[in-house]
Amino acid sequence: MRSGHVNAGWWFVGPALAAIGAFFFVPVAASLLLSFTDFDVYAVARPDRLRFVGFGNYAHLLREPRFWTALGNTAYFVFVGGPLSVAVSLGAALLLEAKLVRWRGFFRTVFFLPVVTTLVAVAVVWRYLYHPRHGLLNLLLGVAGIHPIDWLGDPRWAMPAIILLAVWKNFGFNMVIFIAGLQSIPERLYEAAQLDGASAWQQFRRVTLPMLAPTFVFVAVITMIGYFQLFAEPYVMTQGGPANRTLSVVLLMYEEGFRWWNMGYGAAVAFVLFAVILALTLAQMGLRRLQPGTEPVR
Amino acid sequence: MSRAARAVVLHAVLAAGAALTLLPLLWMVAASFMPTGEASAVPPRLVPSAATLEHYRALFARLHLTRSLLNSAGLATAVTLVSLLFNSMAGYGFAKFRFAGRDRLFRLLLGALVIPAQVAMLPLFLLLRALGVINTYWGVVIPGLASVFGIFLVRQYALAIPDSVLDAARVDGAGEFRIYRSLVLFLCAPVLVTLAVFTFMGTWNDFMWPLIVLADDRLYTLPVALANLAGEHVQDTELMMAGAVLTVLPVVVLFVFLQRYYVAGIMSGGVKE
Repeated sequence: MRSGHVNAGWWFVGPALAAIGAFFFVPVAASLLLSFTDFDVYAVARPDRLRFVGFGNYAHLLREPRFWTALGNTAYFVFVGGPLSVAVSLGAALLLEAKLVRWRGFFRTVFFLPVVTTLVAVAVVWRYLYHPRHGLLNLLLGVAGIHPIDWLGDPRWAMPAIILLAVWKNFGFNMVIFIAGLQSIPERLYEAAQLDGASAWQQFRRVTLPMLAPTFVFVAVITMIGYFQLFAEPYVMTQGGPANRTLSVVLLMYEEGFRWWNMGYGAAVAFVLFAVILALTLAQMGLRRLQPGTEPVR
Repeated sequence: MSRAARAVVLHAVLAAGAALTLLPLLWMVAASFMPTGEASAVPPRLVPSAATLEHYRALFARLHLTRSLLNSAGLATAVTLVSLLFNSMAGYGFAKFRFAGRDRLFRLLLGALVIPAQVAMLPLFLLLRALGVINTYWGVVIPGLASVFGIFLVRQYALAIPDSVLDAARVDGAGEFRIYRSLVLFLCAPVLVTLAVFTFMGTWNDFMWPLIVLADDRLYTLPVALANLAGEHVQDTELMMAGAVLTVLPVVVLFVFLQRYYVAGIMSGGVKE
């Protein structure tokens, strides 16, 4: 390449890099600094009153029961809702990829439809579906002989209700990724397994699952990162209640930072969330490397 | 089990799954046409006794949702067009030019995907406040100017453009920007449609940032306006369902027509890595 192209490359990537740098990387770095200050509603008006407090916000939030409640609720949502949603996605993908299926495109579109809907709008809809007396869900459960549940009012059921909505809303996304993963498994592997007399279950265990391993890691990581950011569902459906049982970390950050303007404290909450996500992402990717024999065939 | 029996069971399971998936959406549409109070009947109804448009009329006439609809449409269109320009240029730049630090820079961008957007929100708010764009449309547009995902998507696609094609254009005396505008954009058209659909839907559906940055209800996007209404009109089930239909319908229609591009985008993000 001629030397003129060296500079041209910067002209092309420059605008986007400047935008992402100024409106993402700089704020992320500033957020870390902010978390070491006592930036609050007074500092919004008078920035000179800002004081450096070191790890004060972090020490404060680790002593705060509300923070641990939010982290616990978010962990519940991530580690129950996430696997459930991945399992439903895989089940739907396996059903759709079965050789006997007709109208495959129709079913795929239907299963994917909730993914493109607006979260706030469907959260509003589900709030009525969950109504203890005239909600559709309790009517369906009543047919099966199950007594009505106060889904969003009962502290035990509020988070399961949010998980159910999230699974319904999201499973189509991972389903499409699993379908692509299934389609990339060479047919000859199944033929070889059949020649060896492998049953359908054995084929699933010995061929499908190992070959899907890279897809699994990808799906697990993006689902976990997404589920840790739980916000709109509790904001619209429960406002974090009942009894703080659906208060999520991001909802806590929003309330501290944007409702009470405790921005230093809110930034510390956000950074703890980031640290947790980063650690678990690295752990998942590391776990994958430790497993022998699951390397994808390239 | 015989082949025919297996096929019947399989399709029964799929049909049941499809019915359960569609049920909330179908009930939303049905309830939006029910006379006031009917959606709360015991036992619940699935079909309106007599269809009415009164709730849609109320949304537009009384609650000024026309304004929110236009805000959503305008902002989603603006963010889509501007970010398409920024991301396509950068994706092409990363794919087809050599410059110092390029690969390290690109890896840094990809690494940023594990940082949740919420981490940046508090300082971003202060920054935009200093720029005087809080509570304006710009407050929504500026953070959406470019995206790592968009750059990644275009780069993966642009890598496949043969250098010989670009060099031929250079030999013919075309400038770099001219090559981008009339050749690269044309060759990347499919991935740009994909990205446009993604960005439009993402901006349309976005909730948290517009909620933070827009304080004036005349500027509200549909999701923010709807969440606001949901607090005030809890009892008006049918009215809320009409609002939900209005919010969801445009993106669902867009998806049904352009789903080929949308699904292609997810796959290129997910499988090729």
